[in-house]
Amino acid sequence: MWGMPLDQSFVGRSWPPTEPYLVGREKIREFARAIGATDAAYHDPAAARALGYPDVVAPPTFPVAITMAASRQVIADPALGLDYTRVVHGDQRFAYTRPVVAGDALVCVNSVDEIISRGGHEFITTRTEVTTEAGEPVVTVWSKLVQRGEEH
Amino acid sequence: MTDALEPKTFRVTRADLVRYAGASGDFNPIHWSERVATGVGLPGVIAHGMFTMALVGRAVTEWAGAPDAVVEFSVRFSRPVPVPDTDEGTEVVVSATVKEVTDEGHTRLSLTATCNGDKVLSLAQALISKR
Repeated sequence: MWGMPLDQSFVGRSWPPTEPYLVGREKIREFARAIGATDAAYHDPAAARALGYPDVVAPPTFPVAITMAASRQVIADPALGLDYTRVVHGDQRFAYTRPVVAGDALVCVNSVDEIISRGGHEFITTRTEVTTEAGEPVVTVWSKLVQRGEEH
Repeated sequence: MTDALEPKTFRVTRADLVRYAGASGDFNPIHWSERVATGVGLPGVIAHGMFTMALVGRAVTEWAGAPDAVVEFSVRFSRPVPVPDTDEGTEVVVSATVKEVTDEGHTRLSLTATCNGDKVLSLAQALISKR
């Protein structure tokens, strides 16, 4: 049996901003340790200040720790019809205005750029605009998820 | 910067996946449970795609010589990275070539990541700013 097509009416929709995520210094350090990133600016506030930042900066892929949870607003909506047990990660893209920095309070606005059916698989691309509470842009994150059709 | 950058090799073990799960909040059991992973048709526990991308990000920032140099970063996950339950785990090798220097002075890298000789990413690239 093939998976049901995803609800095309989600394309072009945007969702209300998420509650601010407060980026902690220890969370950035924990993430940097987990990926083995040793640059001093990820760990030492003085090293980050020397680069012109108010506190430690996050490695480039850190924003997913925020946006993956935020995008559940979209992908966990039963109306979309996504079967998460058959989902694999297809594509991932980041476009940065600046790095995430400890002390940021970040708000996510999710939207759906595209939904495609091809070869029994469903593809959905979400876009998350990550900004400060004041609306200053920080990073835009695109994720394409693939819902695999049944094995055949 | 030369056209082809010195490849970087990263060892990946089950312990790394557990640590990454906790740090990232991605607790999908295919990244820590052999039973669940094989049950959905995978060869075994596989690395988080975003863990592989994070290792590529490390390589990019190290080549750039700055932790904050990445302006754009994109990948397609084309093949899983199986991580056996051994002390050695597996290895991911990241390499890059310089594709262009943009009008703004940014450098575009074309990126490759392999595991056991297989490419695990496609369409991977990063744009890095000059400091």
